[in-house]
Amino acid sequence: MTWALDWSDIGDALFGGLADYGDILALVHNSIWAGAVLGLVGGLIGVFVMQRDMAFAVHGISELSFAGAAAALLLGVDVVTGSIVGSLIAAGLIGWLGARARDRNSIIGVLMPFGLGLGILFLSLYDGRTANRFSLLTGQIVSVQNAQLGWLVVLSAFVLIALLLIWRPLRFDSLDPMPAAARGVPTVAISFAFMLLLGLVVAVAVHIIGALLVMALVVTPAAAAMRVATGPVAVPLLAALFGLVSAVGGILLAVMGTLPVSPYITTVSFLIYVVCRVIGARSGRVARAR
Amino acid sequence: MTQSATTPAPVLRIRGAALRRDGRELWSGLDLDVAPGELIAVLGPSGSGKTTLLRAILGLQPLSEGSITALGQRVQRRGNRRIGYLPQARPLPRDVVMRGRDLVSLGVDGHRFGFPFPRRGDRARVDALIDAVGARSFADRPVGVLSGGEQQRLRVGQALADNPRLLLCDEPLTSLDLANQQDVVRLIDAHRATGAGVLLVTHDINPVLDKVDRILYLANGRFTLGSPQEVLTSKVLSDLYGAPVFVLRAGDRLVVVGAPDAEESHHHHEHGDDE
Repeated sequence: MTWALDWSDIGDALFGGLADYGDILALVHNSIWAGAVLGLVGGLIGVFVMQRDMAFAVHGISELSFAGAAAALLLGVDVVTGSIVGSLIAAGLIGWLGARARDRNSIIGVLMPFGLGLGILFLSLYDGRTANRFSLLTGQIVSVQNAQLGWLVVLSAFVLIALLLIWRPLRFDSLDPMPAAARGVPTVAISFAFMLLLGLVVAVAVHIIGALLVMALVVTPAAAAMRVATGPVAVPLLAALFGLVSAVGGILLAVMGTLPVSPYITTVSFLIYVVCRVIGARSGRVARAR
Repeated sequence: MTQSATTPAPVLRIRGAALRRDGRELWSGLDLDVAPGELIAVLGPSGSGKTTLLRAILGLQPLSEGSITALGQRVQRRGNRRIGYLPQARPLPRDVVMRGRDLVSLGVDGHRFGFPFPRRGDRARVDALIDAVGARSFADRPVGVLSGGEQQRLRVGQALADNPRLLLCDEPLTSLDLANQQDVVRLIDAHRATGAGVLLVTHDINPVLDKVDRILYLANGRFTLGSPQEVLTSKVLSDLYGAPVFVLRAGDRLVVVGAPDAEESHHHHEHGDDE
């Protein structure tokens, strides 16, 4: 009996691309751009996802986004459009039916398996290239075509600008909703706009990292930032930086070998979180002792 | 704003206000003028529509009948930055990622759309508000680790961001200890002394008893309005409730005994979306 893996296989998987690293980078540089912009936006919007307690909603939206993309694949229409439609339907439903946290969680719990099930059905009916199938669930940014990458960057940039334009009212509504309403912040419109932007970010993330792993770019970086900072500028900046480092770092590490990109992104993002947690726990003890 | 030479225009004018909920009338025919510098306490059992009255003044909830004019303008739009609003002292969760000063600065720039660049003067305004409520020593710490009293001081700072001429306080003292209650009352009273009208919803009149000009008492589908001496008597409250109620004096505290709480047990969450 032999081991399923031997060391030279592992070496190839991890570093097989090193010899041609420059050429590979040239091939995937569009992917790196898309990853960079998404990491940035995911980190920023993640701050509000955390403040509004919507991590679970992100997961729910991504499953419906996956279903939309799978449907698009089956129908032979644009997959990015499909994932956006799925995302927006989910975001709209969650925003409309789930104003209260408790309602929201039950609605997401109901939507999520339905979306995932639909997606799997569409995928099994689809008989095109098999590589496409699982990339929607687990992501493979380097196989996304350039035209679509352009779209993903444009979408991310749109969300970034829109998010900055509603930044302060959104922050007020997320942190202190009653006084925000009292002071004339249009809380209903703000919540709706937020769900829309979140839906778009998730749709982009589905293509870059996969529906099952979206949270690694939309939740983890912000959660990590919140462990080490409390300022209104420091937290979003750190979250954006962590998102960027996870996405770009993950891609750069992955193309050194032959393994898929997503595990690298999730691992980098997770390690950043662990480090921040340790740092936060230390400084937290100091703060409490003071 | 029109203003006669003798009496200043009221900062709040309510005419013919009525509130019905689930086919039950909570009050009707309510007329109320709040003069500049006047502090009016709103008392009544839970479910008597006290919070709804404040929300109606802010334009967040419609009355069943009647009209409200706040600071010279008919209330129509949702929310009003010219009115200060101080919510109940509910402790913020420990892990809220916000420093004390951020809670105050939400009042200064939280309503502004557009790229979030600070404006000249914002920082100075936030610092001035922090000093005004005596929060300097803890303003840079995370709000989650601050005491309820410290958080409530910061909320006063937030509510006073635009130096409002009308201040609405919804149970601002609940869950604070006596010393902190007195501190918060002192801050509210100091703002009133600058000529602002104050409407303060409370279930315990004692912390504000010596500051209150008039009391609006809502109960049993009706209301009574008058000075504390007029309203807080066994006879007036017994008439209002339609049941024997006793107002007892213990030292310098008043205790209302026998007032039925929440007529029928409608468990309405008066405070809207509790997290």
